[in-house]
Amino acid sequence: MSLFVSVEKRQGNFCLAAEFASQSGSLGLYGPSGSGKSTLFNLLAGTLCPDCGTIRLGERLLFSSSSRTFLPPQQRRIGLVFQQGLLFPHLNVRENLLFGYRRLPARERRIDPDKVIGVLGLDELLNRKAPELSGGERQRVALGRALLCNPQLLLLDEPLSALDDRLKGQIIPFLLAVRREFGTPYLLISHSLQELRLLTDEVLLLEKGLLTGRSHPEEIARQSLGSSAGYLNLVEAQNLRRQDGLCNFAWGEQTLTLVDETPEAGGAYSLSSKDILLCSEHPQAISARNLLHCRVGKLFQHQGQVGVELDCGGGRSLISQVVEQAARELDLQVGQKVYALFKATAFRRVY
Amino acid sequence: MLTLTSNDFQALMLSARVAGLATLLALPAGFLVACLLSYGRFRGRALLEGLVNLPLVLPPVVVGYLLLLGLGEAGIGPLLERFGVRVLFTWYAAVLAALVVGFPLLVRSIRIGLEAIDPQLLLASNSLGAGRIDTLCNVVLPLSRRSLLAGASLMFARCLGEFGATIMIAGNIPGLTQTVPLAIYDYGSVPGGERLALGLCVASIALSLLVLLVSERLARGRRSEAT
Repeated sequence: MSLFVSVEKRQGNFCLAAEFASQSGSLGLYGPSGSGKSTLFNLLAGTLCPDCGTIRLGERLLFSSSSRTFLPPQQRRIGLVFQQGLLFPHLNVRENLLFGYRRLPARERRIDPDKVIGVLGLDELLNRKAPELSGGERQRVALGRALLCNPQLLLLDEPLSALDDRLKGQIIPFLLAVRREFGTPYLLISHSLQELRLLTDEVLLLEKGLLTGRSHPEEIARQSLGSSAGYLNLVEAQNLRRQDGLCNFAWGEQTLTLVDETPEAGGAYSLSSKDILLCSEHPQAISARNLLHCRVGKLFQHQGQVGVELDCGGGRSLISQVVEQAARELDLQVGQKVYALFKATAFRRVY
Repeated sequence: MLTLTSNDFQALMLSARVAGLATLLALPAGFLVACLLSYGRFRGRALLEGLVNLPLVLPPVVVGYLLLLGLGEAGIGPLLERFGVRVLFTWYAAVLAALVVGFPLLVRSIRIGLEAIDPQLLLASNSLGAGRIDTLCNVVLPLSRRSLLAGASLMFARCLGEFGATIMIAGNIPGLTQTVPLAIYDYGSVPGGERLALGLCVASIALSLLVLLVSERLARGRRSEAT
């Protein structure tokens, strides 16, 4: 995708001025509420007309104040997925899915409905009416519906924020599958760092109507070191083996242990940087079920905390945080061998 | 014992026919006007809104008188005559009177329904490639079924009771333009007509109740289908 946006829009006291170009297939837009995310969404979708500027998507000019171009939403080829799904309540799932597809000229129908139904796991739902669906099912149908009109860009406006944590976790793999299987580029608007880390490669930061930066979602996440939740490490757990009420799994060269009593255990788990203890020597007789040999890969400071990137072998790394005093006492140096300790219960299921 | 004369039956049938036809004729236009008023951004919108609602606040007799002027010698009467169409003092005039007087109620009901439709849903439809007309036909119209039904039954009921404008332009000709309210008025003004008037009153109450029940039933059917 190549998206170029340079727009200004004034609404009452609020003014949005944003300029960016992106080639990324999965771009994120991060900002607190009131930062202008919805305004930008509406400008891209075509429900609001910018005061001035240009919006270009691929080869096509969607808006230009200098050449007086304004494409209405139905000509923009941007698939929209809203917070509440917004399925057509009078249609069933199949009719909802095919709403855009049927309006495409035959030569542009590049995405096969059966494949979408398969990837999004919608087989069982096809004949259900939209209001009968759960929140998570609704979002999957909304995603399929937008995808099937073969858009040049999917614009996802907080698609997970109306769902509870468990459902969020269930949708994320579908979004990842969509990215993998169909390669449709998307712009994800979200106020959740975790979603952006899981789903995007690059994030634009929006504050008070201005773009204040762009970076890798991982870097933004590292700035959350001082926050109450700490930095969340994301750990993929595959092929869990159950033993004595615990789940063991191979992670790089190490074996990790976690507690998850749900039958469908496995997937991605988060582990807060605050829950990882560091020892310079091998500890004896500990209650924590995870003890990892690792090397200090990198040290960084943020708000009085020291972030320690731990190289755990096999290309895997974790981030732990310690207070400055602890870092001094342990005399942490890059390349130094340390032991990382954390409890099996410190893992939180993401999806 | 309350009885209905053959004249009363004629009046009942005429009332039902006039109200039914007026409502059917008004439905498509009412939907379009409601959409224009709810979604349209154009000059003169306030004027259109005022015009549509005017019959609601004007005394029906005034509406009738204005129609009489409009359809008479000074209005389009001669033009209609050239095409061999006679409206004044025929049952068409009764339909026209009912149409004008009932229309604002229909439009109001439909607008309530339109305003309950999430505007983002229309954006969703647009983004999926459906243009304005397409969205209107395939999203707005099906989602307005209940308000169309509610508006239609309200308008039908209003038309059944239409008196002032009807008597001005259709007259009160038994068997031709005499609807139920006009017949009751006639009975009320002749000695000994009370019983006959009461019979018609009961009949018109029954007819109105029937309309209400049917529309409730239809609306409930739709509701259970939608949820």
